[in-house]
Amino acid sequence: MKLERVLPMKNLRRKPARTAALVLLSAFLALSVFGGSVMVLSLRNGLKSYESRLGADIVAVPYQARTKGSFESILLQGIPGMFYMDEKYYNKICAIDGVEAAAPQFYLASTSAGCCSVPVQIIGFDPERDFTVQPWVRERYAGELGDGDIIVGSELTVPKDGTLTFYDTPCRIVAQLGKTGTGLDTAVYTNMSTIKAMMRSAESLGFHYLTDVDPDHAVSAVMIRVAEGYDAEAVTGDINVHVRHVEASAAAAMLSSVAGGLRSVSGVIVLLVAAVWVLAAAVLSIAFALISHERAKEFAVLRVLGASRNMLSRLLLAEAAIVSFSGAAIGASAAALIVFPFGKAISAAMELPYLMPPLGTVLAIGAASLLLSTVAGALSAALSAWRVSRNDAGLLLREGA
Amino acid sequence: MVLRAENVSRRFLRQRKGSNVFYAVRGATLALAPGSLTELTGRSGSGKSTLLNLLAGLLEPTEGKVFLDGTDLYALEDGPRSRLRNQTLGVIPQGQTALGALTVLENVLLPGLLYGLPCPRERGEELLDQVGIAPLKNACPTELSGGELRRLAIARALALRPGILLADEPTGDLDDENTRTVLSLLRRSADEGLAVLLVTHEREAAGYADRHYRMDGGVLTED
Ligand SMILES: Nc1ncnc2c1ncn2[C@@H]1O[C@H](COP(=O)(O)OP(=O)(O)O)[C@@H](O)[C@H]1O
Ligand SMILES: [Mg+2]
Repeated sequence: MKLERVLPMKNLRRKPARTAALVLLSAFLALSVFGGSVMVLSLRNGLKSYESRLGADIVAVPYQARTKGSFESILLQGIPGMFYMDEKYYNKICAIDGVEAAAPQFYLASTSAGCCSVPVQIIGFDPERDFTVQPWVRERYAGELGDGDIIVGSELTVPKDGTLTFYDTPCRIVAQLGKTGTGLDTAVYTNMSTIKAMMRSAESLGFHYLTDVDPDHAVSAVMIRVAEGYDAEAVTGDINVHVRHVEASAAAAMLSSVAGGLRSVSGVIVLLVAAVWVLAAAVLSIAFALISHERAKEFAVLRVLGASRNMLSRLLLAEAAIVSFSGAAIGASAAALIVFPFGKAISAAMELPYLMPPLGTVLAIGAASLLLSTVAGALSAALSAWRVSRNDAGLLLREGA
Repeated sequence: MVLRAENVSRRFLRQRKGSNVFYAVRGATLALAPGSLTELTGRSGSGKSTLLNLLAGLLEPTEGKVFLDGTDLYALEDGPRSRLRNQTLGVIPQGQTALGALTVLENVLLPGLLYGLPCPRERGEELLDQVGIAPLKNACPTELSGGELRRLAIARALALRPGILLADEPTGDLDDENTRTVLSLLRRSADEGLAVLLVTHEREAAGYADRHYRMDGGVLTED
């Protein structure tokens, strides 16, 4: 039908400012629902990845690191942390009943290195005892991790020559880990002898990180796997009771605080989206009521010329659909422009793990948001469209005479 | 093509006045035949426009029937009745009735857009020429005077070559010269075979008409 294609466009062009305002309003519908759902999904994804990435049932760190929340900062925000305890505590942990495996890690922060604009976390681990790092290797560039070799997190760019230099120690990149959405994506992993060499190099460069602990006999954190049949909470309790100066946390407990944060952030997002929708839908319905009122006489004229009641409804609905579709397209694009580049920053600000769903899922959500917002926009004109079709042409024209 | 009202009445509910039911049109019988121009006069509020709307299929009678040839207009659903109006009736409503978003020429061609049976552009231009506003074809309706808008409505009513033309005070805002132009245009249309109903206050119109009706308090009588 030609009229529905021609007239709504002309009507919209006739009032460019009003049309722009309505389009903008519809854009908020798509922007909020698309942006909001991608964020909520990314947070959920992030939590899942955080859970599996942790890879340990219990994490033990020096008491002072625990109280300062340094370990969570590394995980959630990628803020490098350095804390140390004597190796003897590691041995004590290994001796606790129910500890099946314990992997020590040694932490060092780089200075603003050539590779990265910010200091990165360097994590030394023992490939023999490790069970939380190596399962995450996504891409292998060279052979096994030997002395002077490193494995890098997914967010670090691998230079052409395949080496990164820390504290004057050039390191060969042998592998890269998969994306996790946690702070560990910017970390660098190496074996214990390499990181100790770096430490000594740092000391000779004038950085004195360790004052009261001998670097050769220090660990930063211990990743613990609980043996079958033991309760992680109980083993955690045992460690905390029997090993002084060490604070063990069950992964489940660490997760539950993150999950709680995620729930409240998701709740706020959902609430915001709902508020935007209620508001936008209300304003749009009022706008279309005003438009149909303003154009009541023109609708009566169309009726006189032979338009059926249904055609009048369709004309108004077409106008609403054009507005809401173009708005939704703009809003969805804007959401993509915000969510993709700034997702990381948003998550850092919220101190929650954030992992974008696969592109296909994001695109599907975008398409669904587009559809939903268009339908909502058109629906906001539905009542007015129905009223328009009920109007009495004869009466309207008499009034206008 | 014959448009025929048989004993049609239209009752309205009215808030004030003694009885709250009153007849705007009461028992009107009228036939508009091809080739004849029928004049309808009457005081303001006597029911002329109501009768015209009844004839146009725009207002359902409370009693009586309206036939277009053999078809009972109000036995049809709104859709087919509207389409029939579009294709067989040319209606010139009271007042100013151009669509603001369209140019003058687009307004004239508008009836052709409704059901995808376009009215050729040349036809529109020719009609604008006949009513004397051809130079304004690309103007916006807001730039037109009341009289020019009225002439636009006449051109628009003729766009799809209707068999019947219903004109509600088409010369309302026009000066003498333009009144004569419009009246002779309606006359010519009747001569070309249209059935024309002309609702008017114009004394001069009597000379152009074949039949004369008066409306008085909703009651129709032939002079
Ligand atoms: N839809 C309506 N509701 C109530 N009263 C109406 C309606 N349409 C017309 N009338 C009344 O019917 C009478 C005839 O109106 P109308 O046909 O417009 O008169 P005319 O065209 O002769 O001036 C008037 O009193 C008018 O107020
Ligand atoms: Mg009237």
